[in-house]
Amino acid sequence: MAVVSNTRGLTLRDSLSVSITVGAYGAAFGAASVAAGFSVLQSCLLSLLTFSGASQFAVIGVIGAGGSALSGITTASLLGFRNGLYGLRMAQLLKVRGLRRVIGAHVTIDESTGVALSQEPRGIEAMRQGFWYTGFGVFIFWNLFTLAGALGAQAMGDPAAWGLDAAVPAAFLGLVWPRLKTTSDRILALSAVAMALLLTPVLPAGLPIIATTLLALGMGVRKK
Amino acid sequence: MSIYWWGVIGTSAIAFLLKYLGHSIPERYLSHPKIQATNALIPIVLLSALVGVQSFTDKTKLVLDHRALGVGVAFLALFLKAPFPIVVISAAVSSALLYHL
Repeated sequence: MAVVSNTRGLTLRDSLSVSITVGAYGAAFGAASVAAGFSVLQSCLLSLLTFSGASQFAVIGVIGAGGSALSGITTASLLGFRNGLYGLRMAQLLKVRGLRRVIGAHVTIDESTGVALSQEPRGIEAMRQGFWYTGFGVFIFWNLFTLAGALGAQAMGDPAAWGLDAAVPAAFLGLVWPRLKTTSDRILALSAVAMALLLTPVLPAGLPIIATTLLALGMGVRKK
Repeated sequence: MSIYWWGVIGTSAIAFLLKYLGHSIPERYLSHPKIQATNALIPIVLLSALVGVQSFTDKTKLVLDHRALGVGVAFLALFLKAPFPIVVISAAVSSALLYHL
């Protein structure tokens, strides 16, 4: 029994440290969302209901830059597609139905999937615990910090005066940075920046961002 | 209904649908290696494009202003392996300083 509870403690510790660290990003989201023109309520609803950081930043980024609702939703959804792929893997692990499946699906994100997979050496039960602890942990902290960030930004007023208009692209840069592991990743990232900037004067706001998925498609289908 | 509400509701509905579909459909439908490879690259292009557009454009014009300095500082912070909050705060502070000059 001591071994079992020790494993549980280690899994809980992993889950909590991820939850608190990632949850703090929620403050950046809440502030950015208000700076982009969303209300405090709308910002909090995005964190509660969308609950996927990159997608949330994308929709407020595109709409805040003057893009249409459709462009914002499309960009966010393209980024949310990977959660569906995580779901495929997590469904095999969790084996739940009904309301549990609904809740499990809602908390299927980068972090819950990542912690679950990292617990593999500790066994299936630890993987399940890692998923649920991290899913709920991130959910709680992400939403609390979103509220704090949104209220803070609302109190500040002009976003540019506080540097919030630069904090948003900086947050995107921080999100993409860990994904740039190889030279070809970095070339792809620079190509996407160049393509989006070149298309900005000729396409409606939002579309230059969506158009860069063609670059990912072009490179993805070539991979063996 | 405002564009903001459409954004909130549309994004949330599709985000949940994608997650729930993943939990509900047989794995073979999406396990093709080319789909997996493309999917891994999509966050790279979209997030990079957002960095570019949010840093160097104003509506449909290309501009170079205080935000470029902020993002440059963020780049340097990431290069020096700074944690996320430092990256964002250093970008905000440097950009705001130039804005007020």
